[in-house]
Amino acid sequence: MKLSSKDLLGIKELTKDEITLILNTASGFKDVLKRDIKKVPALRGKTAVNIFFEPSTRTRTSFELAEKRLSLDVLNLSVTTSSVVKGESLIDTALNVQALGADFMVIRHSSSGAPHLISKHIDATVINGGDGINEHPTQALLDAFTIKEKTGRIEGLKIAIVGDILHSRVAKSNIYLLTKFGAEVRLIGPPTLVPKEIEGLGVRIFNDMDSGLDAVNAVMVLRIQVERQGKGFFPSTLEYSKNWGLTSERLSMADKDVIVMHPGPMNRGLEVASDVADGPRSVILEQVTNGLAVRMAVMYLLAGVRE
Amino acid sequence: MPKELLDKKDIDRILARMAHEILEKNKVIKELCLVGIQSGGVHLAKRLAGKIKEIEGMEIPVGSLDIAFYRDDLNIRKEQPQVRKTDVPCEITDMKVVLVDDVLFTGRSIRAALDALMDMGRPSCIQLAVLIDRGHRELPIKADFAGKNIPTAIDENVEVSLEEEGLEDKVTIE
Repeated sequence: MKLSSKDLLGIKELTKDEITLILNTASGFKDVLKRDIKKVPALRGKTAVNIFFEPSTRTRTSFELAEKRLSLDVLNLSVTTSSVVKGESLIDTALNVQALGADFMVIRHSSSGAPHLISKHIDATVINGGDGINEHPTQALLDAFTIKEKTGRIEGLKIAIVGDILHSRVAKSNIYLLTKFGAEVRLIGPPTLVPKEIEGLGVRIFNDMDSGLDAVNAVMVLRIQVERQGKGFFPSTLEYSKNWGLTSERLSMADKDVIVMHPGPMNRGLEVASDVADGPRSVILEQVTNGLAVRMAVMYLLAGVRE
Repeated sequence: MPKELLDKKDIDRILARMAHEILEKNKVIKELCLVGIQSGGVHLAKRLAGKIKEIEGMEIPVGSLDIAFYRDDLNIRKEQPQVRKTDVPCEITDMKVVLVDDVLFTGRSIRAALDALMDMGRPSCIQLAVLIDRGHRELPIKADFAGKNIPTAIDENVEVSLEEEGLEDKVTIE
């Protein structure tokens, strides 16, 4: 069994079997990460370039460490120091990076579809590290890995995603993945941030927390993008927090073994209360650890796809 | 048509002999650890540990080792090798590790396994036990304990099937 494409652009394009292959391979890498020597020679001699046109700490450092642990040589380009500020086009940047000998390009861009566009012009493997409001596939994969590790399955689980669904690529990728595996996906948030049309993806919409969280097995809390305050999506962060913030009281509506997830960075006390984020149901830091194993698995498997 | 080289009884007798040989060479049992290479080697390592227990009445740790990340052919294979479980239940530093595999052929898997083991610790020594040595080595590697030496042509295929995988115990050549 191998992946069918040399690129990872989105969860939408993956089959259930391909996702299962990635998650199983990630288990092997998680074992490696528990050892004293956390590096394997699997991709020795190959080069990865992380091109981040948008600020990111967590995803970029996670990719970078995953790459180093696979023995890849790593370059990081960030938009503020690259020729993009001198007017170079996206495709020219990618072609130049390819000419340096890059085998992998991890792309983060504020425009949806940017990695897809780049992948049409270059032979190197392109991995979507988050594009606009479209997808963030490795986040959904690490979330799925975490859910499976904690509950043993995905099928049949009730999973709530709370917050700004409209602008969230994390939510999109998770919806694609979780519905492929037959989970019941519930979206909770203000109507302005949870568009009615999204029901077409096979999810249920709730506008209040208590009914939405009833008996759920996992809650994914999204970061409320503070920069959207004052744009008419919600009245104030305080009011948002009052209605849709995850508190321990609200969490008591969920299944007793519920897990609480957050892709980071968290606004403590806003979308999630500190005692919940640090509480016994939280798997937020395990998500970060699992992200390394999942990203290693993705790169290892994509390296085996030769077209 | 595959030709049968060893049957269930043969394999059992060979493993019993190998268990004795391993004990003869490693007198201090508490320093001994068996590590099987996924997947055939793992079953054989467990069987050898069973035999050792019958002989000495002592349990020795048995681990499994996946060598996918250490292979030297990742760049030329058509698809990545499946990643299986690596689980070595003891600290291997200062232990005598007996690496167990089903068939010794080019020696490249053993080279990968040696690198994988070295990343896990610093054993006092590593020995190699294989059920079948079929020749055609491409690296300077030899078995310390060989169940059976079988001369083969390079294009022949030696297959070890085991009950643990739902098959009949036998070794065939084709």
